[in-house]
Amino acid sequence: MSLNIIVTVKQVPDTHHIAADAMKPDGTVNRSALPAIVNPDDLHALEEALKIKERLGASVTAITMGPDNAIEVLRECLYRGADDVILLSDRRFAGSDTLATSYVLKCAIDKIGSYDLVICGHQAIDGDTAQVGPQLAEKLGVNQLTHVSEVVDVSKESITVKRSVENGHERAKSRLPVLLTVTSEANVPRPPSAKRALAFKHLDSKACDGPYENVYLEPDTCIEVDHIKEWDADAIGADAERCGISGSPTRVKKIENVVLVAGDIKQVSNDEADISEMIRELVDAHIIA
Amino acid sequence: MGRANPVMVFIECRDHHIAEVSIELICEAGRLAEKIGAPVEAVALGYQIQDDLEVLGQYGCRRVHYLEDKRLAHFTSVPFARAMVKVIKEIEPRIVLFGATKIGRDVAPRVASTLKCGLTADCTALEIGEHRTKDKEYTDILLQIRPAFGGNILATIISPDSTPSMATVRDGVMKRTDPDPAQTTEIVKTDHGLSDEDFLTEVLEVVEKERDVDLKAAKIIVSAGMGACNTESLSLIKELATLLGGEVGASRPVVDSGLLGKDHQVGQTGVAVNPNLYIACGISGQIQHRAGMSGAKRIVAINDNPAAPIFGIAHYGIVGNVMDILPKLIKTFKARNSA
Ligand SMILES: Cc1cc2nc3c(=O)[nH]c(=O)nc-3n(C[C@H](O)[C@H](O)[C@H](O)COP(=O)(O)OP(=O)(O)OC[C@H]3O[C@@H](n4cnc5c(N)ncnc54)[C@H](O)[C@@H]3O)c2cc1C
Ligand SMILES: Nc1ncnc2c1ncn2[C@@H]1O[C@H](COP(=O)(O)O)[C@@H](O)[C@H]1O
Repeated sequence: MSLNIIVTVKQVPDTHHIAADAMKPDGTVNRSALPAIVNPDDLHALEEALKIKERLGASVTAITMGPDNAIEVLRECLYRGADDVILLSDRRFAGSDTLATSYVLKCAIDKIGSYDLVICGHQAIDGDTAQVGPQLAEKLGVNQLTHVSEVVDVSKESITVKRSVENGHERAKSRLPVLLTVTSEANVPRPPSAKRALAFKHLDSKACDGPYENVYLEPDTCIEVDHIKEWDADAIGADAERCGISGSPTRVKKIENVVLVAGDIKQVSNDEADISEMIRELVDAHIIA
Repeated sequence: MGRANPVMVFIECRDHHIAEVSIELICEAGRLAEKIGAPVEAVALGYQIQDDLEVLGQYGCRRVHYLEDKRLAHFTSVPFARAMVKVIKEIEPRIVLFGATKIGRDVAPRVASTLKCGLTADCTALEIGEHRTKDKEYTDILLQIRPAFGGNILATIISPDSTPSMATVRDGVMKRTDPDPAQTTEIVKTDHGLSDEDFLTEVLEVVEKERDVDLKAAKIIVSAGMGACNTESLSLIKELATLLGGEVGASRPVVDSGLLGKDHQVGQTGVAVNPNLYIACGISGQIQHRAGMSGAKRIVAINDNPAAPIFGIAHYGIVGNVMDILPKLIKTFKARNSA
């Protein structure tokens, strides 16, 4: 019997590379001008799952909650070696905060049924909250090992990891099932495989509401499996009240554009005399010795 | 009616030292509590740390719920989260604050998930305020303020229907008030209700690492941004920092590039610093960065783009290339010292 591993992946705007044309004149970012990517930490989560698969044998299922076009991040997972992927999409999921998100993910994982490991990214770059992992672990009622920078050892019963703590790191061991959140230190994600990309590029999602069938998407068998499973709230038995905005205790009350009014800024030219004068002032003000 | 529901702080204690962020949060809790006429209370989990907790009284904490157990001497997620949930259910605080530390960020979401309450990460300011919807009016609720992705934007987050409201705050963001040695705190030993089955993680080894740098204590910081993200600029920055007796800081993308370690990152998700002098070299000054350094007494900005937002908060602005300006700064400072 091999392990069942579930990886959670999120589609995010590429906040690390904001091109100049995505900046609006008021200094805010035009989100829609940013390319949508797989959250970087989630590629590390997937890679860790694939490494465990290579070591022990495992089936790796990637799930994402997002709008229809989030299917692209699932394809990316397929290209890299995920065995199955599931899109969780429903208008009722829109506006979910981390609590509602973790609830939806939990319902989907319950439907999948058995798992030994859930691997999340440490944090998503659009918010840096790092909350979904621990919240999902709590909802599943399993232990969590966060901030994992290395999987030291894994067997069918337990896992040992290196994780960062405030003043360094620790080695910690837990029985399975357990949820990990993985940081970018853990590994170097493999590139997509050309063969798999070719096989899965055109795979679209199809709403399914029957029970979960683990028919894995293999390039050679994909003639049989011709779609990516898409589940809505009903398919995963989610209580709509706990999804989306109604399931989210947090609200954005106000968004403020911070207007910087330059205070008493002194313009200093690149002239050495000017710079010297600035240093004199800083010394006089006891700012530097 | 019993006591007003308190503002509560999760206390971290390492090697018999209360974490600085915990003290800062007690002080901040005091400020919030005053506005809503509530007391400040704390929860501490650990082993043989009772004496260490006394100091919290001097910062305005009126009561510490202390959960003592040898198995709580080292942090593990499930026991800490379960025990916190139990205390929160009993005490019913209105607000619970956690340090945005590795531990706080691990335990707070787990607690929030059990209690189905709101949690906002990395707040840079907290306030008490009100909120109106079509059919409801909320008073004295926690306003959780944090930079939002997408430019110069500050978002105010609330969780009006949730008790408690919870937030995490980074080290150095909140100001410490002066301790009052006359003030004491009541330490209440509380039952954690945990069983052996809750201890699911076995910690095999802890390896302490010296921090690369302690930016929080630095009086002078010379910081590198993407405009100085190369070895040449960085060696000039290091030289200047050493000359001035200061430390080297960085913006997040510079840390992400691997040129400097994570301890060097200044900002919302790095360290919040309060030096006398902050020299920003090739840093645009995005809100997440400013959130960590705008409290510096003097800010010198070097940037080749006169429209960079960093100039909006700088005291001295030098428009130019860091590779041109830094050598001049080093030279004039050296000349001054030898004069
Ligand atoms: C959730 C979240 C949390 C974040 N947390 C943090 C955080 O804690 N800390 C942080 O710093 N960032 C953080 N960021 C990132 C932040 O939004 C900015 O992207 C980042 O601060 C930009 O870094 P920078 O100023 O070095 O780079 P850039 O924005 O690329 O700016 C580089 C600047 O250098 C100037 N320049 C270029 N070449 C030269 C030269 N030769 N000489 C002089 N000037 C030059 C350019 O004009 C430009 O202004 C966070 C972002 C998010 C979404
Ligand atoms: N909508 C989502 N769908 C699937 N996984 C998610 C989603 N949101 C967050 N996650 C997972 O939770 C991690 C932490 O996200 P966050 O709490 O938003 O920083 C991510 O790296 C993902 O692994």
